[in-house]
Amino acid sequence: MAIAPPDGALRFPVLVSGRRRSAIPGFGLTLGVTVTALCLVVLIPLAAILARAAGMGLHGFVQAAFSARALHAYALSFTASVIGASVNAVFGLLTAWVLVRYAFPGRAVLNALVDLPFALPTAVAGVALAGLYGGQGWIGRFAAPLGLKLAYNEVGVVIALTFVGLPFVVRTVEPVLRDLAVDVEEASASLGANRLQTLARVILPALAPAWITGFALAFARAVGEYGSVIFIAGNMPYRTEIAPLLITIELEQFDYGSASAIAAVMLGVAFTMLLVINLVQTWSRRFA
Amino acid sequence: MSLARIASDEPPWARRVAIAVAVGFVGLMLVLPLALVFAQALSRGLGASLAALKDPDALSAVRLTLTTAALAVPVNAAFGLCASWAIAKHEFAGKSLLVTLIDLPFSVSPVVAGLAYVLVFGLQGWLGPWLEAHNIKIIFATPGILLATVFVTFPFIARELIPLMQAQGTDEEEAAISLGASGLTTFWRVTAPNIRWGLLYGVLLCNARAMGEFGAVSVVSGHIRGVTDTMPLHVEILYNEYDFVGAFSVAALLCLLAVATLALKALLERLQPASEAHGR
Repeated sequence: MAIAPPDGALRFPVLVSGRRRSAIPGFGLTLGVTVTALCLVVLIPLAAILARAAGMGLHGFVQAAFSARALHAYALSFTASVIGASVNAVFGLLTAWVLVRYAFPGRAVLNALVDLPFALPTAVAGVALAGLYGGQGWIGRFAAPLGLKLAYNEVGVVIALTFVGLPFVVRTVEPVLRDLAVDVEEASASLGANRLQTLARVILPALAPAWITGFALAFARAVGEYGSVIFIAGNMPYRTEIAPLLITIELEQFDYGSASAIAAVMLGVAFTMLLVINLVQTWSRRFA
Repeated sequence: MSLARIASDEPPWARRVAIAVAVGFVGLMLVLPLALVFAQALSRGLGASLAALKDPDALSAVRLTLTTAALAVPVNAAFGLCASWAIAKHEFAGKSLLVTLIDLPFSVSPVVAGLAYVLVFGLQGWLGPWLEAHNIKIIFATPGILLATVFVTFPFIARELIPLMQAQGTDEEEAAISLGASGLTTFWRVTAPNIRWGLLYGVLLCNARAMGEFGAVSVVSGHIRGVTDTMPLHVEILYNEYDFVGAFSVAALLCLLAVATLALKALLERLQPASEAHGR
């Protein structure tokens, strides 16, 4: 989704006051609308969070943003997101491979289903996953006799975050895998590499940038996820409380300062992830 | 490239194992939850499920969700068209920064987005006192829900159109302009026919997200039953009241929406001419 486009080529550049201009009109109007909408809808509201957090002073901010409860929430959000994104990295790569390389009955259905987490409301996913993995659920009831608890604990958080991140690795790896030239594989095979060596030395390195991007996108999505998690997490302070939930709890207590402080930390993470994703893509274009 | 030729590179057993694992993973993670929602909704029969949907609060939630999507999607379509025209058809400094900023709502937590609007429009917020004095309600009312929805779906259509229009280049538009067409005529007669599939695709995904948004809407809604309650919020309310048939019936309706979205998306991908397809 967040894949940076190639640079558009200009065919009839005209040099006007040092800037390359195209002959196509409407630049000022459309750019103006775009920047205005971006500021009104996204940037100014987000700035309100930073302003509120900054207004607390350094001491107040640190106390609110890094309280013991908040630190627990970040730790859970980040750890569960890393685990969920890792599960998706492994199975997503395999799913992309199967979708691109093999013909089998039901491939089109599998391909369509992969996008379900994009189309399904997160609250629906939340109640469905709680119903599946809870003690009475279709899966939970078989896990309980084995002493496994899959919902209302950290495992439940990981399950929900795996669900929401599922399409990202598949959809970033898939086009790269499709465009991968067959001749490099043939060259590798003709030089005596067996299939596993070709996979490890030729195919995986070519997929690495897309794979890392997919992982980062899945992670970024998971860190901010709220709807699907709260139904299956149990939401116990210091144990199964995720960071976005803590923001809503502070809000319900009208503690806008603490909510903004935690939100500012989350925004910092979001910016960092965007930066990482862009850097990976710049890097991958350089070696493409 | 020949699919069969590459496929023969792996031994058949490895191929079968890979397919089985992928299908098993998707089945476990995606199909089972879908099946559970329908099974739970129909656990007391179709009648009980339909009765739950005819409840006035449920109907009002459906209405609010439809209204929100009907307003948020055109707003984002207009924005997406403006943004992609400026970005794909022109060169300017700071373009990649602009593209990155448009993507920002993808990586911001919906809860953070909701909080941002509370801090601007809420009673304690920047505009709160002024809005209160003029008796305008945004937070805990429909406008707040609409704003939160526009935020979370902001990049959807722009993100579909920008790479598509960039890949198509500017030759056709320049030809039209040089032959004397106005900018608007060029857009309608030259650009619009080229991007209609991408636009439809973006509208489809934007609509699914607009109808399904939970976190951001939850923060600004105030959860007033029958008033500021959208369908996803209504699922939560019923679920927390242990009205599982009701909760899963509304959830099943949203599942149908999701499945219809996926089916339409697959159909669009099949109908779309190869010249208008782009890497996705």
